[in-house]
Parts: sequence; C-alpha cells; structure tokens
Amino acid sequence: MKPILDVDIGGLKLKNPVMVGSGTFGYGDEFKEYVEINRLGAIVTKTITKHRREGTRPPRIYETTGGMLNAIGLQNNGVDDFVQNKLKHYKNLKTKLIVSVGGETNSEYVDVIEQLSSYSEISAFELNISCPNIEYKDKIIACDENLTHQLVREVRRVTVLPLIVKLSPNVSDITLIAKAAQEGGADAISLVNTFLGMAINVKTKRPVLGNITGGLSGPAIKPLALRMVWQVHNRISLPIIGMGGIMNARDALEFIIAGASAVAVGTANFINPETTLEVLNGIEDYLIKHRIKDISELIGSLNVG
Amino acid sequence: MKLEILANTLLKEKRYFLELKVPKEFPLCAPGQFLHMRIEDSCDPLLRRPFSIHDFNPAGKKGEGVIKIFYEVVGKGTALLSQKQSSSVVDVLGPCGHGFDLLKIEKAKKIYIVAGGMGMAPLYFLAKTLVHKKPVVLLGARTKDQLFAEPELKKLKLDVSISTEDGSEGTKGKITDVLSDLLKKDKTDGSTTICACGPKSMLAVVSELGRRYNIGVFVSMEEFMGCGLGACLGCVIRTVNGYKRICHDGPVFDSKELVW
Repeated sequence: MKPILDVDIGGLKLKNPVMVGSGTFGYGDEFKEYVEINRLGAIVTKTITKHRREGTRPPRIYETTGGMLNAIGLQNNGVDDFVQNKLKHYKNLKTKLIVSVGGETNSEYVDVIEQLSSYSEISAFELNISCPNIEYKDKIIACDENLTHQLVREVRRVTVLPLIVKLSPNVSDITLIAKAAQEGGADAISLVNTFLGMAINVKTKRPVLGNITGGLSGPAIKPLALRMVWQVHNRISLPIIGMGGIMNARDALEFIIAGASAVAVGTANFINPETTLEVLNGIEDYLIKHRIKDISELIGSLNVG
Repeated sequence: MKLEILANTLLKEKRYFLELKVPKEFPLCAPGQFLHMRIEDSCDPLLRRPFSIHDFNPAGKKGEGVIKIFYEVVGKGTALLSQKQSSSVVDVLGPCGHGFDLLKIEKAKKIYIVAGGMGMAPLYFLAKTLVHKKPVVLLGARTKDQLFAEPELKKLKLDVSISTEDGSEGTKGKITDVLSDLLKKDKTDGSTTICACGPKSMLAVVSELGRRYNIGVFVSMEEFMGCGLGACLGCVIRTVNGYKRICHDGPVFDSKELVW
C-alpha cells in the first residue's frame, strides 16, 4: 500500500515533504525541463526584497571540498517586478508556492509580505533573516534573539499565511533563536541557511569571492545541519523544514528522523537537477520497505536510548 | 544525459581532446554553447564543470553524432576527466547558454575569429559554421607549446594567422597587435565583425579595438558556474544593464554590453 506522505508545516499542507531550498531553484521556471515541479511538496522562490538588489560583485561562487561557497547578495528585481513578471507563471502550479522574503529593515519585510499576502498563488512565506540588517547597524537578524522575535512579531501582524522563519547556523545556540521565532508567532522553522566561510587564492593573496566571505552549502555541512535540526526539534514544538547538504534520499531520511517534518534540497539541484524527485522516490521506497504507513511516524523518531 | 566517451586524447601540455557520442534525441548545438558536465558521481569534485562545444556533428541517418570538447587540465575536475577512458560515460546538461548570434554575424562582410590560448575551445565550431563567409582566424599564445591549431582547422582552408608572445612560432607579439594591424589596413567601414575568446585582458583589448573602429565584437566569457541553467546567479558578469548570467544570458555577449 502506498504510504501517506502528506505533511502539515504549521498549517501549510504539503502532499509530500520534499521541497527546494531558496535560491537554488530560481523561480522554478529554470528547472521545468528537468523536473516535474508539480510532483514536489513545495517550491521556494529565490529571496524577494522590497527594492531591486544588484547583488555582490563576482566571483560569486567557488567550490571547496564537498561544498560550495556562495555570495550572491540576494540579487533580485524587487517585489513589484515579481508581481508583474513572475507571479503569473505560477497560475497553473499544482504544488505549493512559498515565497522567500528578505529585507534590510523590518518595515521592508512587512511591506513585501503585506503586498504579497493577497495573491492566491502564494501559500506561505519564508523569512530569510540572514541578510545584514541596516536598521540595526549591519546586524544579522538571525544572529540575535531579540531582533528575530521583533521581526517575526511585526510580520505576523500583516499576514494570515503560514510564516516560516529560516535560521542562520552562524550562532552559538540555535535553539535560542528558534525559540524567539516561535514566541514571535512563527508557524515553522527552516534550518539551516549556509555557514559563513571563505577561500583564499594563495598566488594573489586575495579572497576568491568578490564579497570576501560567503555561505558554505553542500554535503560538507550536512552533519552540522542535522545536529541543529535535532537540537531545535528537542527544544521547540514548531515543525521544522530541514536542509543542509541533502544529496539523496538517505540524507533526507536522516533529517526527518532527527525531527524535520519536511526537507529541502539545495545545492544538489545544481549537480543533478532531478535530485528532488529521486529523494521523493527514495523516501517512499523506504517507508514501504519498513512498513511505515504514514511519514509522520518517522518524523523525530530518533532512538537515542 | 549520459554520453559515452569515444576518445579522450592528450594533445600536448595538459591539453586534451574529448569526443562524446551523441544520440539522435540530443538537441542540436550551436557555436558558443557549452555542456555542463558531471565527471564523477561523487562529492569531490561536487559541482558540474562547463565545457565549450569545440565541434558538433549531429546524429544522422549514418548513425550517432559526435561532440568534441577541447580542454586543459587545471584542477580536480579536469584532472579526473583526463583519466577517463573511452567507452566510459559522463553526465551532461546541455547544450547550455546562448552562443554566437549567427544571423547578425553572417551579415558582416568580413569576419575575424580571434582566439587567445584555450580561447580556441568554442571557436573551431564557429569557424566551421561560418566557413562559407571565409572568416580570418587569428590564433595567439604565450609560446609555441601552448599554441593549438588542430588539423581540422587547416582543412577548412581559412586564412589563419599565428602569433606567440615569445616569437617561437608565427609573428612575435600579442594576437591583439596582429588584429590591430589588420584592422588598420582594412580601413573597415563598419561591416566587419569580430568573434573572440581568450583571457579577459585580451578580450578587453579586442573590445576596445572594436569600439575604436566602430565594429561589432562578440566575446565568449567564463566564470565559476553553479547550476548552469540560469537559476543560481552565481556566474554573473557586469553589463551596462546590471549583472547578467554567463551561463544563460551568455556565454557569448556583445562586447558593447559588458563593463570592462
């Protein structure tokens, strides 16, 4: 019998737990030749900001052992362009659309989410709180409990759609930030965003990336991300979307067992654009093989006894 | 799509020729496009590597087609590729990107194809496609050993000029000096077009020559790439209209569009 794959992410009902990581799937369109997008549980857009952002200067990506550094700088054309030129492509989408939202001030987040909340194509928002916050002198919101709590509270007031908060792993205790997001009114938590890293060209003694530092993703970060999902799952009650170096179904299953209600495939989309569907098929095969009728039985089932 | 390796031959100085078997269902390739290749099913190297299509013969009634790749071993990915034997397979996405604008280029009365070192990689396919227009091919390198003009190029019976910086073969000096002299002699009326690929510093000079003589220059650019499909915005280049994606908006750009 076909196992039940439906999951509920804080009111966002997905037909299966496999999604994509923001920024790794463009706006979905770029991958349609390679992936049956409608088979996914959800797609997450590249982060949208209130104003157009040019992004950081190249080089923007660099490969390190088992991982990839990137510093794109949230290049996007702004929310108005998204509404005018991108949103219409989602009319016939048969999966859930989650819009990732970023900003430099709390009011930018609030404005974007208020503007987008009325569009029926959108099922949920993911707050990308890992960009520098100009309002509080270049602080990263996701690195500060109070800023996280405050932002989530302000955004919560302007939307009834499920609100997912994506956390940065570049903190000493991620459970404190997760708790702050929960208390601010978040419906779900995404973790993790990339780990801050860098690479140096020893010939020129210059940083490889135009931005000097960048975010590390890919299989190199999987054990770190997995540990954080497990810690947060033990500390808060909100559903978790787990991500960080998922390359195959086995990686995804680890995240689910650690406590993730859904998983997002990121960097792997670049390597094999069909990874999401392979992950989905692999999860289903695992449930059948282990006679698990409903994926909810597997979520957080880690046995530490 | 998995493509079978027909041959993987060392030419000289870490430079190889890779020939891939192309089945009927493989899309047609255009000069300037590239393949985004996964060499091993491993996490190191992790990302795909972009390779210019050096030559393409589509599958026809006589059987399978062939894609040729001309590459140099520079890192882990290309080192692994160089060890691949014939009849093993590589996984490719593609053909990716937008190549040379043939409709525009074919309108030119005179076409120069200018390659610096490995810059020949995407340009043989272009020269072959434009052979009826009798393009003039300029090929430059630092030294004779880094010079590469395969027999196929000679078979096209095109006018080929060679230069090396150390004078070990052809004219001594930079290929851009050769180009500059030719343009001076041509007294071009703007109906000339240049297609170029090579180091960025060389392309900047070619672009400047184009501006000076008011002639069109198309350049093939490169950068570290992520997805290769236009989604990740990792491989951008600065243009007069903001950053554009080399993998998707390029890799060939009108040089006037780029900020040098």
